[in-house]
Amino acid sequence: MAEAQPPAVAPPAVALPAAPPPYPDPAAPPPRFAPGAVVRVRRGAAPGHIRTPWYLRGRLGRVERVCGWFANPEELAYRRPGLPRRALYRVRFSMAELWGEGSRDTVDAEIFEHWLEAADAPRP
Amino acid sequence: MPHDHDHDHDHDEHRHEGMSASGHPYRADQDAPLTHWQRMEIAVRELLAEKGVATPAEIAAQIGRMDARSPALGARVVARAWTDPAFRALLLADGSAACRAEGIEVDALKLVAVENDAQAHNVIVCTLCSCYPRTLLGLPPDWYKSRAYRTRLVREPRRVLAEFGLTLPDAVTVRVHDSTADMRYLVVPRRPEGTEGWGAARLASIVTRDCMIGVAVPHI
Repeated sequence: MAEAQPPAVAPPAVALPAAPPPYPDPAAPPPRFAPGAVVRVRRGAAPGHIRTPWYLRGRLGRVERVCGWFANPEELAYRRPGLPRRALYRVRFSMAELWGEGSRDTVDAEIFEHWLEAADAPRP
Repeated sequence: MPHDHDHDHDHDEHRHEGMSASGHPYRADQDAPLTHWQRMEIAVRELLAEKGVATPAEIAAQIGRMDARSPALGARVVARAWTDPAFRALLLADGSAACRAEGIEVDALKLVAVENDAQAHNVIVCTLCSCYPRTLLGLPPDWYKSRAYRTRLVREPRRVLAEFGLTLPDAVTVRVHDSTADMRYLVVPRRPEGTEGWGAARLASIVTRDCMIGVAVPHI
């Protein structure tokens, strides 16, 4: 008589949660840019707390993904609510675009929508 | 390091003034005045207690909670991704949900897992400050917060990686990830050859902190 097999010890099955990224905000408008869109980082120089690094301003990149909607850090830094939330993107830049060299290497950074413009927007 | 001072003496018999019994200099007492930010930290901590926002015990417990985080948590996540395809898929789609599925409470962390493969190698930086997945990996190493690492990684990543002992073939694209806003990043290294049949704990043992930042790759 065959021995009873012990139950297989498997980790619990995993499934996507109800609200996977991009982290949603039902109240927010749809994102202006889709993955793959070519965008330019605005050349702005507003005072205060800004999460858009200087080295990326004015540079062309491609939207890698939409991360979701997040309170605006430029307002959170001054104890304002930062609402409505802003769309946040991961934008991929080539080293050639950033530093003028021919490498295929890339830099991805998170950029808020209000810091992005369509690639064909006139340069300021 | 054990010998960070010049000495040409034997450790036995004679003693130097100001030296311990083993012939090493005593660490100087910290008699300098507090810095501005040390004073501010104490002031805020005492105010929190005075106003009943948090007790000293709660503050100590929270520090203990953060100190208990270590790269071993991230290594567990990576090792499971190497052995469980459904978990790997979840990790790449929703890093924070994957951590919770592994039993790791990562609080408000919004984790993006980026996976190395034959074509691309990923490495993490925060050029603006020192953003780091602390609830998953613990506190960042000091070099991660240095201006040199933060400025150079986005400019000459291959030279920086070479200084860490990691030289990548030209055919492999280096993808630098600058943690500029709400996301935090975990590099999922490639599972080394020769680890077939290894259990989760043994796999996790080769996944170092530096592998998960992307300045190293696992070795057996």
